[in-house]
Amino acid sequence: MGFLFESLQQSLQLIFSLDREVFLAVWTSLYTSLTAIVLAAACGVPFGATVGLLRFPGRGAVLTLFNTLMALPTVVVGLVLFGLFSRQGPLGSLGLLFTPWAMIAGQFVLAIPIVANYTLAAVAGADPRILPTAQTLGAGRLQGVWQLLLEVRFGVMAAIVAGFGRVIAEVGVAMMLGGNIRGYTRTMTTAIALETSKGEFAFGLALGIVLLGVALIVNLFLNLLQQR
Amino acid sequence: MHHRLLTVPLLLLLLAAPSFAEERLRLATTTSTENSGLLAELLPPFEQANDCKVDVIAVGTGKAIKLGETGDVDVVLVHARTLEDKFVADGYGVDRRDVMYNDFVILGPPADPAGIAGLKDAAVALGKIAAAKATFVSRGDQSGTHVKEKELWTAGGVEPVGDWYLEAGLGMGEVITMATERLGYALADRGTYLSYKDKTDLRVLVEGDERLFNPYGVIAVNPEKHPHVKFPLAEKFIDYLVSPEGQAAIAAYPRGGDPLFFIYEK
Repeated sequence: MGFLFESLQQSLQLIFSLDREVFLAVWTSLYTSLTAIVLAAACGVPFGATVGLLRFPGRGAVLTLFNTLMALPTVVVGLVLFGLFSRQGPLGSLGLLFTPWAMIAGQFVLAIPIVANYTLAAVAGADPRILPTAQTLGAGRLQGVWQLLLEVRFGVMAAIVAGFGRVIAEVGVAMMLGGNIRGYTRTMTTAIALETSKGEFAFGLALGIVLLGVALIVNLFLNLLQQR
Repeated sequence: MHHRLLTVPLLLLLLAAPSFAEERLRLATTTSTENSGLLAELLPPFEQANDCKVDVIAVGTGKAIKLGETGDVDVVLVHARTLEDKFVADGYGVDRRDVMYNDFVILGPPADPAGIAGLKDAAVALGKIAAAKATFVSRGDQSGTHVKEKELWTAGGVEPVGDWYLEAGLGMGEVITMATERLGYALADRGTYLSYKDKTDLRVLVEGDERLFNPYGVIAVNPEKHPHVKFPLAEKFIDYLVSPEGQAAIAAYPRGGDPLFFIYEK
């Protein structure tokens, strides 16, 4: 018990002294995850809405595929993208491996199925009269869908929050594609993994607390947006 | 509402953009050099002098050399002479230079159930551990330490199999932690052990066998194999490491403590 308590004390000291290493890791986590989730929302929300509204042959297969992709292990995404981004791979000439962009790409792939699936569920569960009503009021097809998305914005927001939760908390993609480079691609999660491996329990714990705090702040912020 | 949602990350991106401006040198190295804190001391003067950033990717020696072979890094700093020589012989690496050395030690619990304390022959010590079926934690990750460990098992004519032999697949520090918790033995580089001294009950039981010598080499990735590598900067980095300035910094690390790495007398 003494060990845990002492570590907790040390970790709080690290946080409140605004340790540079902690700050950089928090910063890297935040901007990569936020970029990834914005991109994933830009693609996943329209995609989920489309699949949710349209009836077409093979729709069941698409649904099953996306449900399966939700369970995609992060290390598998890391592995596949590593192969793509490595200098030996098809996209190697871009030189993306071990940069924040590679991490963003990986997190994007992780978040898309979640965002699309939750959006799909929200749209499919919406009042079926919204779309025809909007259209009788003179809205075009796209405007109608926009109205529908506004109606189910809580569901869409939940989709984005869930996707964000996954990418900021994952470690496989960030480690394999980012390489855990100090001050550049070291995120909160890879730093926790590293500090644990170095036996720096307090430092790892400090980052864990910050990670929770950051998630809390982001979600409070999103809550605020929802209530407007 | 949606516009505002977009603004935040875009702003963050803008702020992050300048960090892409300066030249970046990618160095693949071992967990032992990174975890010891040596690089954090060694790199800043070089980065300042050459207006660049050195991106350190800390993995096992085997993986570090693989990253060099695929051209994903510009330079490697590793410790497994046989793998290094093959890397150069296959044409992937050029200009291998000796940088520093330390040594491996066999760590074990104070109770020493296999009775190896004070032995001078590392292979014999491993043989006794195997015979006693005492827990041994192996890196199991093709790192320089793992390669050395396998050499020693072979030298002792023992094949390490059985439930006493744990292949962790982890870094040096994690293996020391695991061996501490499981009251087992482990082969470790002295540098990592010294930086863990306060966190482990394990003791150095066997040391001084000349086979435990652990030299570190730095090798540039061959620009003929991978035209995109930053060869001139990699060469500058190598020159810096073996320069009097670089060597002095290595020998003096850590300030006021037991040295973790030793330089070659010229």
